[in-house]
Amino acid sequence: MHDFLKATGETLLMVGASSLFSVLVGLPLGVLLVLTRPEGLLPKPPFYRVIDVIINVLRSLPFIILMIVVFPLSRLLIGRATGTVATIVPLAVAAIPFVARIMEQSLLEVDGGVLDAGLACGARVGQLVFTVLIPEALPALVNGVTITVINIVGNSALAGAIGGGGLGDLAVRYGLYRRDPVKLLVAVVITIILVQLVQFGGRALENSLRRDAPQASL
Amino acid sequence: MGILTVKNLSKSFPLEETTLKAVDEVSFSVKEGEIYGLIGLSGAGKSTLVRCLNLLMRPDGGEVWFDGIDLVKQPEEVLREKRREMGIIFQHFNLFMRKTVFDNVGYPLRLAGRNKQEIKARVDELLDYIGLTSHAASYPAELSGGQKQRVAIARALALNPRLLLSDEATSALDPVNTELVISMLRRVVEDLGIAVVLITHQMEVAKALCDRVAVMEDGKIVEENTMEALFLQPKEPATRKIVRGFDEDIPLDHFAALAAGPVYRLGFRTDTVMRPLISDISRRFDIGVNILAGNINALVSGDVGYLVVSFDAESEAASSAIRFLQESGVEILKLTNGGDIHA
Repeated sequence: MHDFLKATGETLLMVGASSLFSVLVGLPLGVLLVLTRPEGLLPKPPFYRVIDVIINVLRSLPFIILMIVVFPLSRLLIGRATGTVATIVPLAVAAIPFVARIMEQSLLEVDGGVLDAGLACGARVGQLVFTVLIPEALPALVNGVTITVINIVGNSALAGAIGGGGLGDLAVRYGLYRRDPVKLLVAVVITIILVQLVQFGGRALENSLRRDAPQASL
Repeated sequence: MGILTVKNLSKSFPLEETTLKAVDEVSFSVKEGEIYGLIGLSGAGKSTLVRCLNLLMRPDGGEVWFDGIDLVKQPEEVLREKRREMGIIFQHFNLFMRKTVFDNVGYPLRLAGRNKQEIKARVDELLDYIGLTSHAASYPAELSGGQKQRVAIARALALNPRLLLSDEATSALDPVNTELVISMLRRVVEDLGIAVVLITHQMEVAKALCDRVAVMEDGKIVEENTMEALFLQPKEPATRKIVRGFDEDIPLDHFAALAAGPVYRLGFRTDTVMRPLISDISRRFDIGVNILAGNINALVSGDVGYLVVSFDAESEAASSAIRFLQESGVEILKLTNGGDIHA
């Protein structure tokens, strides 16, 4: 029992921290991509193309390979390459380009006419980002974060298996090495519950933010 | 010099092989308190032009004089200030979907740095003006098209602009809501005395609101006149195309086939529209007049009408009749020679 609590805690820490960091870096990157694209409000095509290519390259690396490549970075930032805290680094690094792309797509869904209206009201581009672009895209952004977190739960299980701890580590130890199907099942069920909670919570938050259909009167 | 003067404004877009001149050397001037119409069919460059007027889009060349300064030469900082004196409403309203009606209308005030009480006072006043006080806490998705456009009008008026740009503001509305928005715009102009640049492809809208209009085709202004003159004697083919779109549903070649003799379009001004001129010429010159089409249009300046007629034959009497009509103040336009078309 203690094992499961500890492993779940480790998974929550890995997933929570790397989700937070990936959104903190990925969302601004997504905003930059939207603004600097050739049709954007601050077109900087060379900058856009460089970021675009980097994101595509990072996204095409399988996570397990990326993790090994990122080991030196973990050592530099955390002081070691394995363990729960150190694993936050590759998880975040893998998620950042994903988040950037998914935020970019969500922000692009904001109607250009609405942005025009904001500018016509006298907004600077910076003000427009915080008062129109992000608020208007918020439900889609929340949906993007939900998908990201679920993705990271999956990656964290993989990372756990190669030295990160957490539920993935537990599943490998009990399920693979000790052939204990009951404990394996428990690890699987906890993971499923985690993903469902994230999915359910994300969906509920997203729906509560939507204003594009008539609201049910209270 | 009017409140807005545009000189030689141009804007092109690169296409696959050529460039599209969306706005081509356009010049016009709008007076204080005037409703100036820019009409033209889809693709004539109207919407590009309006985006160049508040510099949401940088024109390739030309000048946009507003309030004594050429906006084209101003840095972004000054443009932002000037945009606050220039409201705009759009075809698809472009309201902020995740802001309430109150916050939509208050948005320009918030950007301008007004405090909470000032914003509340002004927004309440505006919502009262557009008759949507009870919808302050609603979101745009809960409103009808006409209500959305009224909210957009309130937002555009929030900072007391001196000029309102209206980009196809009624094109997405049904006839009832179109009528509502038209009367709201008319009220705005009467109450606040602001000038309006009204972009539309709907003649009905221009007819109900505009003092003067410019007709756009292929990025150029091909004809500019008072609404009355445009109706009486549309000179350019493009104008006639638009004018015909709403007052002559029957194509010219149909007239030509119908009538043996030449076909004329007679334009009646406000002062001649009520006179029985056709029976006059029929009696006086003893000729038969065949009326092929006709209509009366209620403009801002008064009623104007037109008739499309042909005479029995091209004769001395017909020429005299035409001369008589001309002397009576009727605008004559020869549409066909009977058989062939000179449209």
